Amino acid sequence: MKLKLLFITILLMVSCAKEKKTATIQEVSGQEVLQNDKNSDDFQLEVYDFSGLEPFLNKKDDKIYVVNFWATWCAPCVKELPYFEKLNSEYKNQNVEVVLVSLDFPHLYEKKLKPFIKENNLASKVIALDDANMNTWIPMVDENWSGSIPATVIYKNDERRFFEQSFNYEELEKELKQFIK
Amino acid sequence: MKKSIKILSVVFLLMLVSAFNVNNTASDGYQIGDVAEDFSLKNIDGNMVSMADYNNAKGFIITFTCNTCPFAVMYEDRIQALNVKYATLGYPVIAIMPNNTAVKPGDALPEMKKRAKEKGFTFPYLMDEAQNVYPKFGATKTPHIYVLEKTKKGNIVKYIGAIDDNHKDASAVKVKYVENAVDALLKGETVKQKETKAIGCSIKV
Repeated sequence: MKLKLLFITILLMVSCAKEKKTATIQEVSGQEVLQNDKNSDDFQLEVYDFSGLEPFLNKKDDKIYVVNFWATWCAPCVKELPYFEKLNSEYKNQNVEVVLVSLDFPHLYEKKLKPFIKENNLASKVIALDDANMNTWIPMVDENWSGSIPATVIYKNDERRFFEQSFNYEELEKELKQFIK
Repeated sequence: MKKSIKILSVVFLLMLVSAFNVNNTASDGYQIGDVAEDFSLKNIDGNMVSMADYNNAKGFIITFTCNTCPFAVMYEDRIQALNVKYATLGYPVIAIMPNNTAVKPGDALPEMKKRAKEKGFTFPYLMDEAQNVYPKFGATKTPHIYVLEKTKKGNIVKYIGAIDDNHKDASAVKVKYVENAVDALLKGETVKQKETKAIGCSIKV
């Protein structure tokens, strides 16, 4: 009797753990196709230092902003970009705007970042942040941010949430919906 | 029957406790003033390395780094310079590669060996193969530095953060955070800037 019970509980625990694992695998393999139309041969990349970026993090126009910190050299960032693109296109009409803040290195803007934006037809607004004074500006984005990317801020007026993590589309949508209500 | 209920409740209690433990260790790590537990990790030469191996050390510059993160790569020469300057003064660098190499094959042991040889690393470059050391420290990214001071109570965390205040250009650095911390400790003074923030690559799980 004892043994049986123990066996069942262990089985339960194991299956729980297993479920969790498959969920993350699905999330990893889920792929989205980037769609949009940025065909212009050359475009101007907006580059800011942190004081220039701050207004993008503090708008009070009743719009919901999803601000994602990423870089072309950051593999998990690149992997989740399609979800941000999808969110941007699907929720555009619900007063939502995605802003992609690139932390690429300035000497690679022309060689890496701009070609990446073009090749992937990124439709969301992309801006570049060039500010070496990280110890000052990272805590200003969120005091709990250790500085690893990807990282995302979702805000509407004074209501805001910060995420130092990767997203899949469902998770991202779920967080956004908390703001739409 | 009574007995089995008892057992069941104990098992549930255990599950509950373990669930909470998982939650706690996920985001926490050493804070300033905490004693850092020693580790035993494999170096690129095949030998195991622990802090206890360093009899004459006054402390350590523990550096979580890897081959594949551009930020970490930008700092390689500066990590090497730290070891050259401070190992003889009693604060050697110990580098630890925390990434899951299945996710980042470029950080696998043969690649680590190659990189260390190319750059002429004079410090151990260890692999956190089981990925159970970096969470204890609370490291979230590469590069991520912990300066420890060896005391009778153990190795105490004195500084957590970046190497300096300019990743892009070593010659434009205004504040050398790690050097300031170690210099203060060598003089028996308190570290003024105990924690700093910098962008880095998330550790690949």
